[in-house]
Amino acid sequence: MLEVHDLHASVGEIKILRGINFTVKKGETHAIMGPNGSGKSTFANVLAGRPEYTVTKGEVLLDGKNLLSMEPDVRAREGVFLAMQYPVELPGVRYNQFLKAALDAIREHKGEDQIDIRAFNQLLKEKGDLVEINPDLMRRNVNEGFSGGEKKRSEILQMALLEPHLALLDETDSGLDIDALKTVADGVNRLQDPEKSVILVTHYQRLLNYISPDFVHVLIDGKIAKSGDHKLALELENKGYDWLRETIPPVSETSGESAS
Amino acid sequence: MSKIAASEIAFIEHFDSFNSMMTSTQPNWLNQKRADAFTNYRTNGLPTGRRGNESWKYTDVRDISNTAFANSSEDLITSITEKDLLDSSHLNKNWSTLVFINGVYSSSLSTQNPNDGIQITNIKDALGSHGQIIERHLGKYIAPDDDPFVLLNTAFINDGAFIYIPKGIASQDPIHVIYFSTSETDPTISHPRTLIVTEEFSETTLIESYVGTPKAKYFTNNVTEIVIGEESRVDHYRLLLDNPDSFHIGTTVVHQEKASTFSSTSLQKGAALGRHNLTSTLAAPQSTCNLNGLYMTTGSQHIDNYINIEHIEPHTTSRLYYKGILDGSSRAIFGGTVTVQRGAMKTDAQQKDKNLLLSREAEVDSKPALFIYADDVICGHGATAGHMDDNSVFYMQSRGIDLLTARRMLIKAFASEIIEEVKIDSLREYLEDLFVSFEDELTLLQASSI
Ligand SMILES: Nc1ncnc2c1ncn2[C@@H]1O[C@H](COP(=O)(O)OP(=O)(O)OP(=O)(O)O)[C@@H](O)[C@H]1O
Ligand SMILES: [Mg+2]
Repeated sequence: MLEVHDLHASVGEIKILRGINFTVKKGETHAIMGPNGSGKSTFANVLAGRPEYTVTKGEVLLDGKNLLSMEPDVRAREGVFLAMQYPVELPGVRYNQFLKAALDAIREHKGEDQIDIRAFNQLLKEKGDLVEINPDLMRRNVNEGFSGGEKKRSEILQMALLEPHLALLDETDSGLDIDALKTVADGVNRLQDPEKSVILVTHYQRLLNYISPDFVHVLIDGKIAKSGDHKLALELENKGYDWLRETIPPVSETSGESAS
Repeated sequence: MSKIAASEIAFIEHFDSFNSMMTSTQPNWLNQKRADAFTNYRTNGLPTGRRGNESWKYTDVRDISNTAFANSSEDLITSITEKDLLDSSHLNKNWSTLVFINGVYSSSLSTQNPNDGIQITNIKDALGSHGQIIERHLGKYIAPDDDPFVLLNTAFINDGAFIYIPKGIASQDPIHVIYFSTSETDPTISHPRTLIVTEEFSETTLIESYVGTPKAKYFTNNVTEIVIGEESRVDHYRLLLDNPDSFHIGTTVVHQEKASTFSSTSLQKGAALGRHNLTSTLAAPQSTCNLNGLYMTTGSQHIDNYINIEHIEPHTTSRLYYKGILDGSSRAIFGGTVTVQRGAMKTDAQQKDKNLLLSREAEVDSKPALFIYADDVICGHGATAGHMDDNSVFYMQSRGIDLLTARRMLIKAFASEIIEEVKIDSLREYLEDLFVSFEDELTLLQASSI
């Protein structure tokens, strides 16, 4: 469902992604690991359409459609969801109004009617129970004053409600206590069905104890340095990343590594 | 400086004829007050930048000085109907409503439903029935009293709203004063005066609406004096909704007695040039004032808020929270000064001004200031100005919300902190609708802006 071909992206003059090749099929879960600053968040954000990144080369297809030509909101309506590493606080925007606007936009795109307010409240309650989020949070402003862990749960709640086809989770496990981690993992596992795919960005093996990825990729300096199955994550836990750095030539502009 | 501006010539001519008309009808003390005010006004005339006047530094009133305002005819005043009011203002039939057209009281458009000895009337009539109260309070709390526009207002006192709330009375419904302005070919001017005096243990809500006929050219120069008795509260709403071609200079002076509370919401959407001076004096212990404001500007509007809070006595509290949304090449000034006088220990004062700039050309000068002459106080102030946050917009879009809706929701969210605080349901709903009409004017919310 997602095909990434030779993707290069920059911020201003700074080159961050340097030729990513990557394929995710329906129903698969992929984990992306890699050292700080290697471009993991950039990759996830480029897929979601964050405007500050410029794609300088390459192509991304979602179900055969050119993803990069779509506005971020159109991507979301086409089923892409990004759980952000740093969820944004929206002072003055009520959580439930925000979620209803989002859900209605996605429903409208599918040719469905707006959800009626009572059905919405019911749905929100169900999904909230599922991710064990404090219901009081939903009466507040979006993420405003939420704790770090509450923000991450809030992202998972949004995902559960919007039911994306392709979920990008950028370090949703960071800053979570062990119970929250299980809840998040649960939320992700519940989302999984043969039609849906997940890309997890994580630093920790511990999440992968709960969510078993079909593939693990290591991103270094804007390129995929190695791909493997879940055993690669264990190997990384023991050996770190340095042994992989040598396997790619330093500062070479030629692309070629392929993954998946 | 030797050249006398068009409006000043007009003021001088008007004052002489106005004065000779008023002398026979107004009491001596008021005639004296008006004459003194006019003499003082003539010493300096209207403010200009050249005179280095700090309080008028950022607001150029030359457009006012250069306009020769004419008196409005009787026919013009009586031509205004209830429909004109409805088109420009909130109207609630259950409330006592005093309506003034170009400063002249309209008994036919006004509704008076006072309860329990509350006096809601026009100053002209009240001079007979409540002359002593008016004499005791009118002009007594204005400090410093050398503001040229205040002096002009006093010199031309003719009519306005008078409200008196006796001891222990809580007025059930809000009292609404509408100052409606209109003009024919020549620009008109009015100097409406409002005086509200509340005695101990009372509660009142006062709404002032400044509105006008679309396209009319006029200048409203108002002064409102609010005297709040011990243990009393006044909720005040001030809606500056004058048409976009008009001039508006307003002064509100609040005097607070022991353990009184003054809460105000000032909403400013109208006028080409708008200025509001607001002075609140916490003259006795335990008094509190909460001043909220929202200014919304488009085009080449200029809105200036000049606010002074004076903490005189101990254990007084003030909260000042103003927000601005600016579009086009509009400009806003926020000058907020909190002064804690020597005796005012245990003062708790916070002031904040936040601005959302929606275009590159819009500009705000925000100058909160604190002067503290007492010990053991808690005071804070801050000002911010910024453009719409790209991160927030992207976050919303990444959930499927389209760009225009995301922007609209964020702009609304910015204003909602002030609008949601409005406790009167029908007024809040009116303001929410008004906000939608403001949004419709914003460049960033046009489909063509994408
Ligand atoms: N908006 C930006 N402006 C400037 N530099 C940026 C920007 N976004 C990313 N970068 C730089 O690009 C590189 C990759 O950043 P990215 O956030 O993608 O890393 P990451 O792999 O997610 O790291 P971490 O594990 O710390 O989250 C970093 O060096 C970062 O400083
Ligand atoms: Mg990251």
